[in-house]
Amino acid sequence: MITQEYIITAAEGMHARPATNLIRLAKTFKSVTKLKKGDKVIKLNSILNILSMGLKGGDAITILIEGEDEQDAREAINKFFNGELKHL
Amino acid sequence: MSDAVINKINGTKVSPGIAIGKAYVLGKSNQQITGTLLNGPVEVQQEIVKFENAVINSIEEVEMIKSTLSANTVSLEILNVQIELLQDEQIKTDVMEMISLQYKNANDSVIEVVEASITILKNLNDDYLSARAADVQDAGNRILKHLNNDKPTGCQVLEEDTIIIAEDITPSEVIIMDISKVSGFATQAGGKTSHAAIVAKYRGIPAVVGCGTALAGIQTNDLIIVDGENGEIIVSPGTEVLNHYIEKKNDFLKQTLLLNELKDVKAITTDGVAITLLANISNAADMEASFAFGSEGCGLLRTELLFMNRTSFPNEEEQFEFYKGIALKAKGKPVIVRTLDIGGDKQLPYFDLPYEQNPFLGYRAIRICLDRKDIFKTQLAAILRASVFGDLKIMLPMISNILEIREAKMILQEVKSALTALQIKFQEDIQLGIMIEIPSAAVTADLLAKEVDFFSIGTNDLCQYTLAVDRLNEQVKHLYEPFNPGVLRLIQNVIEQGKKHNINTGMCGELAADVSATLLLLGMGLREFSMSATSIPYVKNLIKNTSITEAKEIHQHVMGLDNAEAIIHYLQESNKQ
Repeated sequence: MITQEYIITAAEGMHARPATNLIRLAKTFKSVTKLKKGDKVIKLNSILNILSMGLKGGDAITILIEGEDEQDAREAINKFFNGELKHL
Repeated sequence: MSDAVINKINGTKVSPGIAIGKAYVLGKSNQQITGTLLNGPVEVQQEIVKFENAVINSIEEVEMIKSTLSANTVSLEILNVQIELLQDEQIKTDVMEMISLQYKNANDSVIEVVEASITILKNLNDDYLSARAADVQDAGNRILKHLNNDKPTGCQVLEEDTIIIAEDITPSEVIIMDISKVSGFATQAGGKTSHAAIVAKYRGIPAVVGCGTALAGIQTNDLIIVDGENGEIIVSPGTEVLNHYIEKKNDFLKQTLLLNELKDVKAITTDGVAITLLANISNAADMEASFAFGSEGCGLLRTELLFMNRTSFPNEEEQFEFYKGIALKAKGKPVIVRTLDIGGDKQLPYFDLPYEQNPFLGYRAIRICLDRKDIFKTQLAAILRASVFGDLKIMLPMISNILEIREAKMILQEVKSALTALQIKFQEDIQLGIMIEIPSAAVTADLLAKEVDFFSIGTNDLCQYTLAVDRLNEQVKHLYEPFNPGVLRLIQNVIEQGKKHNINTGMCGELAADVSATLLLLGMGLREFSMSATSIPYVKNLIKNTSITEAKEIHQHVMGLDNAEAIIHYLQESNKQ
């Protein structure tokens, strides 16, 4: 399993649009992907759950990835949090 | 207007203007809990299949609507979110569990799960997330519609000047509504980020949201007034009230027209003195948009945005591109670039500032830049390189004494020499100015004026520091008062000293956009105002209709008053004349 920490770089936090993109990205991999903040862990297959985390810009989160294509998933998710998210 | 009191409903104003028209009450979809329990596993299986089919049909329906829209519209994004909600694993699991474990039918399960999800979002105490409840409701309604084989809700045929009354407006409703016929919105729920608010603002339609259940009494075809100026809804007004609002509506339209006409008119007083009106901006798009409001350049470019929302400091190249983009958009008009103003209430996620007892009195702005010369030099080099693409000026924030200016100038000189050595072009005589926002700087303006090319008065911090009031502190923020005679005397001194030493003095704080202060500031001798672009037409309108002689009289009178309340009252009265 891979764990990776990120900071939410979208100014307004994890709004509907970035949440949608993240879920669509996660779905392209066989690995199970989860998002953790504090004690709360959710699977990256529910936009409702992501929104309910109430993630704000600057929040620190952990992403957990487990499965056969976890390396590829990590790379794609890296790209999402370190690049794309800024512009969403 | 005796009959106005009874039928007035208050809400949150989200889009200005007055609308008068007939109500169209958007029906709530008639979703009802049936209460019937399932009889054994066969029925459970049937309900699960029904639910799954309803979801598939709903997604197909949204995909179809999507295919009719052109790319890159806001509606398209809303629909993508909608599709994700329709196939949301959490909602799906919860519904399936309710059907198979509690023997509830698909209809009841969907209603309950959607309601629970909405409650969670609303309890997060976040305006944006609360507003997303409408999206979840919308997804739920769509599934229910397909579950119950209801006829698709097509486009309603609306009459001209229809006022939409609704509990909340869902994204689907916004998309299928014939907006061209809608003249106003009033909703029970919703805040500034609700779909109703966004659409109304975007289309320039008056709207009041968050009116509460008082709206429930309104029937389709009732005569309604939406007062987007005061955040009020008036139901079935009497003739007297109606006439009053027709007049108000015409005034508003006239004013809007006037402001549009003012766009290309110069801000010149009746006795021929030209005033420069500039925009406060954060990026190139702001710069471009400001010209539509008649700005003549940028009096304050906040560079913080470039540093925020990222994981490390932007390098020189990135910064260069940013400043260059703005210089180009400014098309030769001046752009005053304020160097990094972080600390205080503005933090960067990747730059660990130590915890401070009094962050506003602490390590911020120029103090960080003079300490971390690497950060400062990178920014200066980027600004200098971009200066060949337009008329850029450099402005230092939070200056409290002359030594800071001298040190910053030495650093600027070093950066210039380094660029020259590399044969990189820049504007050699780029102007350097300072923000006047600390009382010591305002009091010693005579001394500081000898070191810089211009002053810009930052009234927000100047007021906060002069009055020793944290304006973010609820308990004392009522003391925050830019019209306090002490603050006004400081401002007056800065303008006077600037004039005496022949350097340009502008103002970029909120006071510059406050129309009750415009004449007073003119009277003090201020000739350059910088504000958010949308305020420019209002300030310009005042300038055009006054003379410097009048403004000086107002200034003199104000300096004789001993408290802010009397000053504000006097200035508002003067504006009415």
